Amino acid sequence: MHLNDVIQFAFRAMHGARTRTYLTLLAMAIGVASVILLTSLGEGARLYVTQQFSSLGTNLLIVLPGRSETTGGMPPMTGETPRDLTLQDVMSLQRSYHIKEVTPIVVGAAPVSYQQMEREVMITGTTASLFSIRELHMARGQFLPEQEMTRASPVCVLGHTLQKELFGNASPLGKWVRVGGYRCRVIGVLEEEGVGLGMDLSDSVVMHAASAQTLFNINSVFRILVVARSQEVMDKARQDIIDIVRARHEGEDDITVLSQDALLSTFDRILIALTYSLGGIAAVSLLVAGIMIMNVMLVAAAQRTAEIGLLKALGATRRQIILLFLTESACLSMIGALLGLIFGLGANQVLQLYFPDFPFQAPDWALWAAVGIALFTGLLFGLLPARHAASLNPVLALSGR
Amino acid sequence: MIKLDHVSRTFQVGDELVHGLDDVTLEIKAGEYVSIMGPSGSGKSTLLNAIGLLDQLDKGHYFLDGKDTTKLSELELANTRREKIGFVFQTFHLIPRLTAAENIALPLTLAGVEHDERNERVNAALKSLSLSDRARHRPDQLSGGQRQRVAIARAVVTKPVVLLADEPTGNLDHASGVEVIDILETLNQQGITLLLVTHDTELGERAQRIIHMMDGKVLP
Ligand SMILES: Nc1ncnc2c1ncn2[C@@H]1O[C@H](COP(=O)(O)OP(=O)(O)O)[C@@H](O)[C@H]1O
Ligand SMILES: [Mg+2]
Repeated sequence: MHLNDVIQFAFRAMHGARTRTYLTLLAMAIGVASVILLTSLGEGARLYVTQQFSSLGTNLLIVLPGRSETTGGMPPMTGETPRDLTLQDVMSLQRSYHIKEVTPIVVGAAPVSYQQMEREVMITGTTASLFSIRELHMARGQFLPEQEMTRASPVCVLGHTLQKELFGNASPLGKWVRVGGYRCRVIGVLEEEGVGLGMDLSDSVVMHAASAQTLFNINSVFRILVVARSQEVMDKARQDIIDIVRARHEGEDDITVLSQDALLSTFDRILIALTYSLGGIAAVSLLVAGIMIMNVMLVAAAQRTAEIGLLKALGATRRQIILLFLTESACLSMIGALLGLIFGLGANQVLQLYFPDFPFQAPDWALWAAVGIALFTGLLFGLLPARHAASLNPVLALSGR
Repeated sequence: MIKLDHVSRTFQVGDELVHGLDDVTLEIKAGEYVSIMGPSGSGKSTLLNAIGLLDQLDKGHYFLDGKDTTKLSELELANTRREKIGFVFQTFHLIPRLTAAENIALPLTLAGVEHDERNERVNAALKSLSLSDRARHRPDQLSGGQRQRVAIARAVVTKPVVLLADEPTGNLDHASGVEVIDILETLNQQGITLLLVTHDTELGERAQRIIHMMDGKVLP
């Protein structure tokens, strides 16, 4: 029997039982589409987080005061608070051969005003290096100038949103704004950027670290951002940081060094696991669709008992009858899977229109897996009814006994 | 050509054993026209199913063309059915979703005959049974007599040597019944061995040879 005849026979049979066929196709399509949609959500979340993290810059290490107790154990009893990080610590890090750039981050909130307009925003104290580390872009003017780290100077850069709020469409360059109890001259405006997970500079004033310390009357630094020379020396740079700070802090290991990669790969792992489990949940609906195909084919075998008897009388072999029935369930699952593929990918496109920032993208493996599982369940669950049909006694089948 | 040698077939019905065929010995030559008659339940269908290799025997040997069929595998049985035997049933057994032409083509399709040759042979069969104008009709668009003619066309399109007809007129009015018997007799005159089961004595007596059955036995 030729394959195209087998397929034609299957299509005739499917056409002959339309309601049943449509319902089965629908079940299969929903199964495949939900695998695609759910894994798209997981994968989208992963891509989104990855994008956000990489906007922090590459080869980045983040130094924070205090040791994070990752190994468990008792917290110190004597109430020894971790030593603060200072601008001197920051400068000393520049000694390391494996470190390309270092910049401190000092943060705090303060009211910012220009004429009648006032707004409470975040103040970021840093250095000129932040510009390249965060890969910032200027809308107007310039970023903070290079200067000795411990020197304060009365200049500042405004974030995009803050500029809009205080100045509207007028240029703020050269204007003096009041930040807390101090006054500083605006020398630049940052370009509008996507919201970074790390810090949002758009509604913020950026000034020199020393100026911010004066403003908040502190000596400490909130974070130190360190850029290693290359990906390969990240570990050496980290060790240098720990060694240098330990030497300066009388032998105490009282800092934590985070690498962006470590954070990212943790998130990555979590989100990949999430995607898999979403895919797994959706795959259950494929299983349900497979069982539905089994039912449909068992009913078909029962309804077409006389037909099976006839086929045997006409000389159909066992294998041919199995082939005919399996082809039917394979066609059901394949067409259902294709419909689900079209439906799922189409739904992704539509969702993308409504949520342009979130990448709706089904991972390739999910497409293959969805269609593969659909076919597999179709064949697997089709096998039982097919074998049942093939094993019918032709005399009984024909006589309807 | 057909030789049954002390053949038996029993069925278990509850606790009872029913003799479908009880020690039947029978020989039918190629080209013969045999009618099988007997009361209901006398084993006529069982005999036909055994000859058609649809049913297996409990005892005895069945030689078809000199070959002992009791030794054939399931696959060989299917192949022998396909090549040598044509069936015509009381209830036609046409596949409702297929057209007349497609129903007739079915055994050729199963045999893997190429598309063009298939069409040729189906058209020839349609023509010889004057069904050409009904080729694209489905069974439910045909009369009983037409349906049985389609079934006969399907049975002979593979050019079998034996044609087994189990009460082919049972569901037909008298006129269509006579028409169907005429067709079967014509086929027999063209060389096919014809075994016809019928209730109708008038029709049955048209055969060269009549086999009477009773309680699974062939009466002498
Ligand atoms: N599959 C079966 N199971 C049980 N009994 C059967 C079966 N087939 C036939 N018989 C019995 O065998 C006997 C012969 O049946 P059958 O050949 O169909 O008779 P006929 O065709 O002459 O009316 C009957 O008594 C019938 O009840
Ligand atoms: Mg009968």
